[in-house]
Amino acid sequence: MLLREVEYTRPSSVADAVRLLDSHAGARALAGGQTLVNVMKARAASPDVLVDLNRIDDLRRISVSGDTLQIGAMATYTQIMGASEVEVSRPILGEVSAQIADVQVRNRGTIGGNVCSNDPTNHLPPLLVALDAAFTILGSGGERTVPVEEFFLGVYLTAVGEGELLTSISVPAAGNPADGFASITLGRDGTCIANAAASLESGSPRVAIGCVDAVPVLVRPTGADEESVRRAVQEAELEPPSDVHASAEYRRHLAAVCAVRAVRQAEERGR
Amino acid sequence: MSAQEAMSSRTIVVEVNGESYEREVDARRLLIHFLRDDLDLTGSHIGCDTGNCGACSLLLDGTLVKSCMLLAVQADGSKLETVEGLAAGGELVPLQQAFSDHHALQCGYCTPGMLMSATALLRTTPRPSEEEIRKGLQGNICRCTGYWNIIEAVKAASGQEVAIDE
Repeated sequence: MLLREVEYTRPSSVADAVRLLDSHAGARALAGGQTLVNVMKARAASPDVLVDLNRIDDLRRISVSGDTLQIGAMATYTQIMGASEVEVSRPILGEVSAQIADVQVRNRGTIGGNVCSNDPTNHLPPLLVALDAAFTILGSGGERTVPVEEFFLGVYLTAVGEGELLTSISVPAAGNPADGFASITLGRDGTCIANAAASLESGSPRVAIGCVDAVPVLVRPTGADEESVRRAVQEAELEPPSDVHASAEYRRHLAAVCAVRAVRQAEERGR
Repeated sequence: MSAQEAMSSRTIVVEVNGESYEREVDARRLLIHFLRDDLDLTGSHIGCDTGNCGACSLLLDGTLVKSCMLLAVQADGSKLETVEGLAAGGELVPLQQAFSDHHALQCGYCTPGMLMSATALLRTTPRPSEEEIRKGLQGNICRCTGYWNIIEAVKAASGQEVAIDE
């Protein structure tokens, strides 16, 4: 497919990337390109300038310092799957990354691209809500950190504004991580019809449900037992979309099933 | 010319199967079109053009990617390996021979991508299990074979015994 004409630039530092994003109207960051290039083919996005982040090594760093796991926005799924820092602190991030699409997509696709595209069927937005992540955003006016409750704003819409760049994502490093994830997909590792992530790290469970609204829906069951989880999902009064894969009613049912499975997995992991 | 200046075209240098090419390309040109139309390397196929089918798979600096989701300018300075590089000496490599022996292709359209995915798999996992082969070829769709013979061929190429012999 022939893309619409576009200008291309390839900064080698974070500072240059932000300067370029800020100085060109219609500029857009190009991360792994596994979504953006396709939406450009469909003309659903038509940036004037692509700021390619792929040669900025600083953005791919994964580290644990103190009680925080920090993942650079350009870390690929494959990189996250193999990172010892992730394995020891929040292994669920590697496990879920391994369920995204296929080898080729995992080799290029990035955590930052996944959350910034914020497609409601993506895996990582609900997971990062459950893990209580924080997002570091850099702009010409300086750096700010946004809690996950304020990061996802709508379909394809996040707190990262024009001229800004998501540089890293932080989650609390856990000693004995009690996290879980469950999904119903189109074929193995395909697009999610329903998904849910759970973490029991902060007292009462944090359960985030994807595919049911524009942004992940966070529910806080009073306990980790199935009845409490089902009640919490019911009280959220989900109004999921209907499509060819699942009616709204069926998707609501699947959301509860995924929530229960995710909490159960989290419980088993935390033992 | 700085790589930082925003431009609608630029001159890139890529090495494909050991041969170096220097070309001016539009920024909007996909890597698969650059290979097929500019370099006349038509071994890599365009199937779906949406990143689903894997017919355009190749190795970029040793990493398996789908070349319909990359811009040619992004490959500047990189080493590419495509299906044309496999039998560069004129003789099929063991993987290709195994595909032939085990009837791992019918129409053959997906084969270049399958071969590159299997090549990437066998480099990191020289004796893959059936599960690992299925996972390694997950990004490649075949509409003819039902996959079974492809899995047998990869298994055979890795030196493992397979149920059905040639």
